[in-house]
Amino acid sequence: MALHSCDTLAQNRQARLGRARTITGGKLLRPEQVTELLEAIIEPGDRVCLEGNNQKQADFLARCLSRVNPENVHDLHLVQSVVALSEHIELFERGIARRLDFSFSGPQGGRMAKLVGSGTIQIGAIHTYLELFSRYFIDLTPRVSLIAAQAADAAGNLYTGPNTEDTPVIAEATAFKNGIVIAQVNKIMDEVPRVDIPADWVDFVVESPKPHYIEPLFTRDPAQISEIQVLMAMMVIKGIYAEYGVQRLNHGIGFDSAAIELLLPTYAESLGLKGKICSYWALNPHPTMIPAIESGFVKSIHSFGSELGMEAYIARRPDIFFTGADGSMRSNRALCQAAGHYACDLFIGSTLQIDLAGNSSTATIDRITGFGGAANMGADARGRRHVSPTWLKAGQEAQGRNSSMPRGRKLVVQLVETFREHMQPAFVEELDAWQLMEKTGMDIPPVMIYGDDVSHIVTEEGIANLLLCRNEEEREQAIRGVAGYTPVGIARSRSAVENLRDRGIIKRPEDLGIDKRLATRDLLAARSIKELVRWSGGMYDPPRRFRNW
Amino acid sequence: MTTTSCRTTGQSYYESNALKRITSLLDPGSFHEIIRPEEKISSPHLRILGQPCSFNDGIIVGAGRLAGKKVLIAGQEGGFMGGAVGEVHGAKLTGLLQRATEEGPDGVLLLLESGGVRLHEANAGLIAVSEIIRSVLAARVAGVPVIGLIGGVYGCFGGMGIVARCCNALIISEEGRMGLSGPEVIETTMGVEEFDASDRALVWRTVGGKHRYLIGEVQRLVDDDVAAFRAAAIELLNDPRPLSLEELQKEHGMLSDRLKSCGSAYDAIDIWHTMGIAEPETLPLLDTAAFHKAVQHVYRGAA
Amino acid sequence: MEQLEYEFDGAGSLRQSGPAVLVGVVSSGNLEVLVESAELGGRGRIVVNTSVRGFGEIWQAVLTDFAGRHNLANLLISINDAGATPAVVSLRLDQAAEEFYRGEP
Repeated sequence: MALHSCDTLAQNRQARLGRARTITGGKLLRPEQVTELLEAIIEPGDRVCLEGNNQKQADFLARCLSRVNPENVHDLHLVQSVVALSEHIELFERGIARRLDFSFSGPQGGRMAKLVGSGTIQIGAIHTYLELFSRYFIDLTPRVSLIAAQAADAAGNLYTGPNTEDTPVIAEATAFKNGIVIAQVNKIMDEVPRVDIPADWVDFVVESPKPHYIEPLFTRDPAQISEIQVLMAMMVIKGIYAEYGVQRLNHGIGFDSAAIELLLPTYAESLGLKGKICSYWALNPHPTMIPAIESGFVKSIHSFGSELGMEAYIARRPDIFFTGADGSMRSNRALCQAAGHYACDLFIGSTLQIDLAGNSSTATIDRITGFGGAANMGADARGRRHVSPTWLKAGQEAQGRNSSMPRGRKLVVQLVETFREHMQPAFVEELDAWQLMEKTGMDIPPVMIYGDDVSHIVTEEGIANLLLCRNEEEREQAIRGVAGYTPVGIARSRSAVENLRDRGIIKRPEDLGIDKRLATRDLLAARSIKELVRWSGGMYDPPRRFRNW
Repeated sequence: MTTTSCRTTGQSYYESNALKRITSLLDPGSFHEIIRPEEKISSPHLRILGQPCSFNDGIIVGAGRLAGKKVLIAGQEGGFMGGAVGEVHGAKLTGLLQRATEEGPDGVLLLLESGGVRLHEANAGLIAVSEIIRSVLAARVAGVPVIGLIGGVYGCFGGMGIVARCCNALIISEEGRMGLSGPEVIETTMGVEEFDASDRALVWRTVGGKHRYLIGEVQRLVDDDVAAFRAAAIELLNDPRPLSLEELQKEHGMLSDRLKSCGSAYDAIDIWHTMGIAEPETLPLLDTAAFHKAVQHVYRGAA
Repeated sequence: MEQLEYEFDGAGSLRQSGPAVLVGVVSSGNLEVLVESAELGGRGRIVVNTSVRGFGEIWQAVLTDFAGRHNLANLLISINDAGATPAVVSLRLDQAAEEFYRGEP
């Protein structure tokens, strides 16, 4: 017996497009038509994807959506990478949206926690990026997607340029399941520089009154790197990168990892490590990578997104970055996340809290921040089968001598100072994530990186190698042994920690042959944004707020 | 490309603290501090207000030699309260300048880095600034050249901006900033439309070293390198500009000419254009050597 | 502000003679450390003025470890702190002690 309703989605799509024809005859919309169009197309209860990451934002479409009449458009289920804008929250406050599945909510974390507590926002789940993108193709497929691009032609072909980011994944999931795709673009052109999204995936295009917002999220001013961070970077380079011959890696965002990047052409070079470490990267185009690139350390970088001011420099370094026929970069968050997960041997990043089992979290009691990308990067890839010396060495350390089945491991390094600013300890007996779980009714505490995925913890006191720990107790003392003067660190067993140090599980700077007195800012290949510009041969054009000339 | 081609090759003035600047500016081993930190002469006001104190109250004063010449020297510590002037801080600087008038050294070097008067001790700070100004002028009348050096993180603003312009000569780096009201103060009082203090490119082309040099308010623009500051200071000590009626009239002439030619300019770039610089918008991006080359045909020198 | 005072045993009754040494700057998250010789009967004294109250135990632990690394006999160490972390405190203390024993200003 044939199913009589095998194309209800297609019929529904035609119905929506039919309603749209009362507003516009073609694909191109005027900005003032958008809110009306959204009211015509979107149905109550729809699953809507609003593009926005912590870099590029479909901010004009978000504003238009927040202005629809809640009597007509309500109870939407939002699926989106990052809840970043005030408008995103207003959608819930006005009753336009009810449910939310997302990944990260940095700037709106405080408001979000309040609205979840009061029931105004119902969270389905907080995801890692790859998880969320995957669910777009399984059980969270959007009916309507609102996306952002650099430019469009009259036919609706989109050019997403260096900041392609999440657009391909969203557009594909929506367009091929009879959904509706609406794009805001910075400009309409006769011919786009290259086609990133073909016109037949796109239903409507609007030139937004202002270019979409992009946050220069990965710019770290070297002027703010401290000598403690230089010391920790020396330990990472000598004690981990050199030790394991780390060639393929991802760096988290922050001054700690920026310090490592700026020590490659100086300290790492002096140790003879050029060509032996840090050749292949899954990484946003960090400006602090410029000296390492110019020094010949780097062979390749694939990026999640772009970075403001780096466009011209990237375009002139096509050997390093992935660039299109037009010369500009193409980023792709989904593919870069997959690359970082499966093809990198090391992730290093910072966090807010680490517990005695090595679990880490960026959640605090009154903020829901989510996960973003670190959780995919900072997890052992259980589906990995190809071998690299780094992966194998880590696996051998983790398995000990008694394993019958050889298998490798990813290196997952947590890099933290024992105290953050205002004397907040980075090491705690219990993560705040547990209290946040209680307060907001989650099923599990939001853990960024699980302790059993962590291979090393690096603080200013030293490196703890958790791979070599043979039981829970050793693991706990190894963590206490690098936790400095935090209450967790002070409560260490001094004899147990000395024993771990004898076995090389804990290494102090002096054990690594690092003279702490050399850990000064003079080691940084660039100490200011201006020196980064010079390294780039004038091609890096930093955002104005980072300049001091 | 090598590291040295992109990094300031010598010791960065901007990165150094006051003591490091002083000891590496002067002939090696020649510096002797007056009122040493172990005397612990700190601000009585900050202590009462429960604010952190410093054993030198944010300024180091002393004597030393520069290329063999006897100099008195003061260095403000920008890291401590932005180099702001309080009672003790001001008294140390005034005392040093008075000593210069009495002893007649070959010169006084003022390493200026200050946001102005310390708000916590406002009246004492204001009086201190006026005393400093008077003693700078007294030293100059006594024939002792006073050279100001500006290249620290916090710039030179407020009362210390006035002090700077009372010196015989000034040396500044591109990173250095000098003015009366700082950018944030202008934005707060006049509105963000008048001056956006978060637009750092705007801030630097308005109060930064290159502009101050171009409009004739400082005599030397040098790289951010203590050795470059030292070389310029040695030159200027050898060629002191006397404090005379004629000099003052010359300076007033320069100021009224400037008002005439640039009074209606909205942005520093307009002024540079008026001066006859071909591509004024490129100036902020040039390094010091290229900058000097680009402006030499229009640069008229400081008054 | 909070003032904290600690005393430590020195190794022997070493007479210190070097000139006083000041290291560091009182800026946010930083501190200055002044080391000078004083007649303290062979003991060492550390006086801390800190802008952050309530961390006496951590200061005790940091300073005890410092006293374990250096002979503080007849040394008076005075600290003005503007909220430095223990890592920065330890670093400055070591720098100050090394400079004092090297006898350079």
